[in-house]
Amino acid sequence: MIATMLAEAWSALIANRLRSTLTMLGMIIGVAAVILMLAIGGGVQKQVADSISGLGSNMLIVTAGSGRSGGIFGGAGTGATLRIDDADSIAKLDNVVAAAPSTSVPAQAVAGPANWATQVTGSTPAYFQVNEWTAADGRIFTDREERAGARVAVMGQTTADKLFGANDPLGQMVRIKGISFTIIGLLAKRGQGFGGQDRDDVIVVPLTTALRLLQGNFFRRSIRTIAVSVASAEALEPVTDDINTLLRRKHRLRPGDQDDFQVANLTAITDTLTTTTKAISLLLAAIGSISLVVGGIGIMNIMLVSVTERTREIGIRMAIGASRAAVRLQFLLEALMLSLIGCGIGVAVGTGLAMLAGGAIGFDTKVTAFAVTIAFAVSASIGIFFGWWPATRAAKLSPIEALRS
Amino acid sequence: MTALLALDDVVKDYASEAGTFRALHGISLTVEKGEFLSIMGPSGSGKSTLMNIIGCLDTPTTGTYRFEGTDTATLSETALAKLRNAGIGFIFQQFNLLPRLSALANVALPMVYSGVGRADRDARAQALLASVGIGEKPKSRPSQLSGGQQQRVAVARSLANDPQLLLADEPTGALDTKTGVEVLALFRALNEEKRVTVVIVTHDPEVARATNRVVRIQDGRVFYDGPPTEAALYGHVEATA
Repeated sequence: MIATMLAEAWSALIANRLRSTLTMLGMIIGVAAVILMLAIGGGVQKQVADSISGLGSNMLIVTAGSGRSGGIFGGAGTGATLRIDDADSIAKLDNVVAAAPSTSVPAQAVAGPANWATQVTGSTPAYFQVNEWTAADGRIFTDREERAGARVAVMGQTTADKLFGANDPLGQMVRIKGISFTIIGLLAKRGQGFGGQDRDDVIVVPLTTALRLLQGNFFRRSIRTIAVSVASAEALEPVTDDINTLLRRKHRLRPGDQDDFQVANLTAITDTLTTTTKAISLLLAAIGSISLVVGGIGIMNIMLVSVTERTREIGIRMAIGASRAAVRLQFLLEALMLSLIGCGIGVAVGTGLAMLAGGAIGFDTKVTAFAVTIAFAVSASIGIFFGWWPATRAAKLSPIEALRS
Repeated sequence: MTALLALDDVVKDYASEAGTFRALHGISLTVEKGEFLSIMGPSGSGKSTLMNIIGCLDTPTTGTYRFEGTDTATLSETALAKLRNAGIGFIFQQFNLLPRLSALANVALPMVYSGVGRADRDARAQALLASVGIGEKPKSRPSQLSGGQQQRVAVARSLANDPQLLLADEPTGALDTKTGVEVLALFRALNEEKRVTVVIVTHDPEVARATNRVVRIQDGRVFYDGPPTEAALYGHVEATA
């Protein structure tokens, strides 16, 4: 019976092709709008998430505790409490992707006639992985070079510009604290950090080299910070706890002793931005939903007209034995079919537009299965909701009156 | 044996702006199974109202109407729909076929509502079309058929669920004389061969002449009930009821 009624509903829609198409147009536009808005919202979210992770969202920074000279605390990172093997141990923890020990000294870099005061960081190749930083030109140094204490350096673009101007810095020498380094890589541009500092004004050299040649004796085997890249945002908390436990044990701290290190993360920033982008997505979806409701009202109007036009048909059907329930079902199925077919076309149109939009604005606008499912569920609900009144009107007709029309 | 139709003092009132209008003033009428009768009356006599009540499209204000012994007042709307579907076959002056559906689909439609499977439905519809003499045009739309052919499709449709009663409202009104005679012959054949009870509502004496019993309605009352004599057909009779 349902199969027959579906076939009948279909033939009714086919019989009024123009009207059915125009009715569906509302649905098509509504669904396409929702799909497009959700895709753009998702694209914005992903874009923002990518930008944040570029700042180091899934990242923990372990800094050494305070150095102390008499009663004077030197502040975080001034102590000699973090060691290279702390980084090795952290790297082995669950959910830790990489751990990069690093130390940093301000130094005057000299190249030929030019010189520039900058920050020289000593670290391992993991440093680039954790910071999601790549070489724009040349290469970064290898583990082997790091362990061997090779005198090689990679340079941020600002520094390179200051020291070499328009010339290609690759293969050139730079002198730092009297030691010559060969420049093997030029880093990709990163722009400003949250504090406004220029993150491209940096020279990175192998950690071993930095510890051996650039850092004062006192700190020879110790490092300032360990940058830890964590597998996911959810793992940030447990990994923080694990690092605390691990370092307290390694540093032989007794219960009650103060930590001689700090673990910090950037989740506060991430949370704010995530909330913001979610709000943007919701707003876009809401705009789309309004057009969907308008489409539903269009279906209702046309179905009401259809019921009026087909009063005689309804009368005939009732005379030959259609129950009121069967008449209602017939019109509901027609409304449902209109909305679902409209939804199908809308999804296709929306997906197409999302791809076009993605290409135009450079966002990754992906139409998710979730969005499609929601679109179909909402369309079905709209079909039933807005089809109910016309269907009930049809079912309530008196067969005699209907036959007389 | 239970009469197929038994109306006892049926009254039908309509509310109108001018007050209540009484269309039927207490009609009592019994139709046995296998009868072939006509209900006659000028327009406004109440014969349409009577037909609607017999066809279970409407219910009496007072009085009882029994179909095969069942008081229709006790039936729900759904049960009445079921009765119209399986117990009664309707035939209308304007055929009332669904224009979008083929002849076959029109004939099969009552079986859709009675829940017959698609294959059985189509087979039976095809057989019915053949039995009324238009088996070769199952795919035609009503608009592609002549009036006589359309009325034959309508007759085939009315027979879909093997009803006990064929209820025809001016079945020849939209047909030329020759085709009208053919359709009446079809009713006669169904009545004699399948023992289907046929009730024809008409104002046409020539149509009523083809039936075995004439019930004349006037001003909402049964005015004459008896054989189709010339006097009865042309209204020159004394009231018998």
